[in-house]
Amino acid sequence: MKFAKALASATILAACTFGSASAADLVVGFSQIGSESGWRAAETTLTKQQAQERGIDLKFADAQQKQENQIKALRSFIAQGVNAILLAPVVATGWDEVLQEAKDAEIPVILLDRTVDASDDLYMTAVTSDLVHEGNVAGKWLADTVAGKPCNIVELQGTTGSSPAIDRKKGFEQALSGHDNLKIVRSQTGDFTRTKGKEVMESFLKAEDGGKNICALYAHNDDMAVGAIQAIKEAGLKPGTDILVVSIDAVPDIFQAMAAGEANATVELTPNMAGPAFDALAAFQKDGTKPPKWIQTESKLYTQADDPTKIYEAKKGLGY
Amino acid sequence: MTAILKSYALRLLPQIIALAAILLMVSFVFPGFFRLEIQNGRLYGSLIDILNRGAPVVLLAIGMTVVIATKGIDLSVGAVMAICGAVAASSITSGHSLAMTLVITLGTGILCGLWNGVLVAILDIQPIIATLVLMVAGRGIAQLVTEGAILTFNDPGLIFLGSGSFAWLPLPVIIWLVFGILVALIVRKTALGMLIEAIGINRQASTLSGVLTPVLLIAAYMLSGLCAAIAGIIAAADIKGADANNAGLWLELDAILAVVIGGTSLLGGRFSIAASVLGAIIIQSINTGILLSGFPPEFNLIIKAAIIVFILVLQSPPVRNAFTFVALLRASRKPTERQAR
Repeated sequence: MKFAKALASATILAACTFGSASAADLVVGFSQIGSESGWRAAETTLTKQQAQERGIDLKFADAQQKQENQIKALRSFIAQGVNAILLAPVVATGWDEVLQEAKDAEIPVILLDRTVDASDDLYMTAVTSDLVHEGNVAGKWLADTVAGKPCNIVELQGTTGSSPAIDRKKGFEQALSGHDNLKIVRSQTGDFTRTKGKEVMESFLKAEDGGKNICALYAHNDDMAVGAIQAIKEAGLKPGTDILVVSIDAVPDIFQAMAAGEANATVELTPNMAGPAFDALAAFQKDGTKPPKWIQTESKLYTQADDPTKIYEAKKGLGY
Repeated sequence: MTAILKSYALRLLPQIIALAAILLMVSFVFPGFFRLEIQNGRLYGSLIDILNRGAPVVLLAIGMTVVIATKGIDLSVGAVMAICGAVAASSITSGHSLAMTLVITLGTGILCGLWNGVLVAILDIQPIIATLVLMVAGRGIAQLVTEGAILTFNDPGLIFLGSGSFAWLPLPVIIWLVFGILVALIVRKTALGMLIEAIGINRQASTLSGVLTPVLLIAAYMLSGLCAAIAGIIAAADIKGADANNAGLWLELDAILAVVIGGTSLLGGRFSIAASVLGAIIIQSINTGILLSGFPPEFNLIIKAAIIVFILVLQSPPVRNAFTFVALLRASRKPTERQAR
């Protein structure tokens, strides 16, 4: 252990002596959950990009979906004496001890994308999106687009009981309240997958007079929307014109559909959680400004007017 | 001939009654259920949806029936579906022809089956454990092939297999019909079916009486792998992409359930492919029925479970015996009533 510590400090010493003398010269450790979804892969890519742009030396550790790997990575970051730690926690509980160790070593920890069940003085801030707000943005877009005309909506929910499904439904319904012309006529779970999205949409179309009774589709994620778009086409209707399609996430494939006029709008769950985190860190390093405990990422709305082809090309390379 | 047909009908009677009851029930909650019309040159309606959406489970159930008849079980079929979907998508996107892609994909499925078969037949590992290996590892393999993303493709030939139509029917329906009849003919018009049943009832006795047990066992698992490969191709073609995380997820359990609803014993022995296919269609009818009914999604699984428990209770030996008893009682009473008149 002593030897390891000596080695670590020697490495840091070496890094200080030989490292580039750029202004930031920050060393940041990033413990990522793994790569279970395309979104997560994109988050990793963007975090590395953001670090490179700011001249930050990013030490990356992939935990392969295991908390013990993340704790190990955090301990090694602490031993290396990094300037800050980014943590995308795989589970919410069991972080108190290692976060306390980081605090004792005076290394600020920033949580990305998910939060933990620990006292909030153990970390500097959490950068996450607001799921309710995402649903709200989608609902507002729909209310503005139909502008007072009566509209029957079908809803493809995420996995029953999951927090994105509950919150995105809640936010959408909040946006709809007060608009009596908008009505959710059917709502079923599509488990966040393309296959189920397609199957459930097929049954919606049958149940609502071959789809003539449906004016808009709201899907809790883009994958289900992509599946549903195929079902709408196979039923002989035009997605995007006969049935408006709005969904959440902004993965590359939905931009392809938008470019083809088959989807209307998507709300971005940005994979760039690191950007705001690095900004907060830079401010803290400069004059000790403490960021708020929660930094909410922007839930940006994209429509067909936003040059979807260009965005598709830009997003394609991120590893979605 | 009529005697044979009659015995078939009698064998399938519980499944047919269950299916009819479920269809009737769905038509109560959703009046337009039986409506069929021709749209874009194909039949269009909820009944067609059931046959079409049921395709993966029907195919898996065909292979699963044969495996279960040997007193085995194949838990890996869902994962093999994911592997084969991924292989098909990556092969077609890397520029191979459709024929080549199909050969590679079906070959992959058969290879997966060979792996399971060797573990069970040669190394004598219990089937539930042997196939669990590939069930766990398979999704990882599929993710390696797709590199973690949903691998989409635009090849019209491959897409046709999932959402095309022939003779007014969706192509997946044609595929499982033809494949099911083919397998049923092969096992029933030869002694193969009987030999498989013999292995399931007593493996040692069959070996001693000269049945090539290891070869037949491996063949059964290879058939199951082939079925999973076809199902995987259909599932990927349907959404024009291979989703390694979700393709075929938990479908192995639906396939086993289909076989059980079809009345084949998990202890091996007598089996009926037609009954398993009906079992799979029953499961899909419940799924589609729930979607059409408009109940909140929280109820989906409870409704499904309740209906399945009901079907299985009807099929259970005590209830069956009670029915037979009542029938016998009536039969014995009738003549005396007539005499009284």
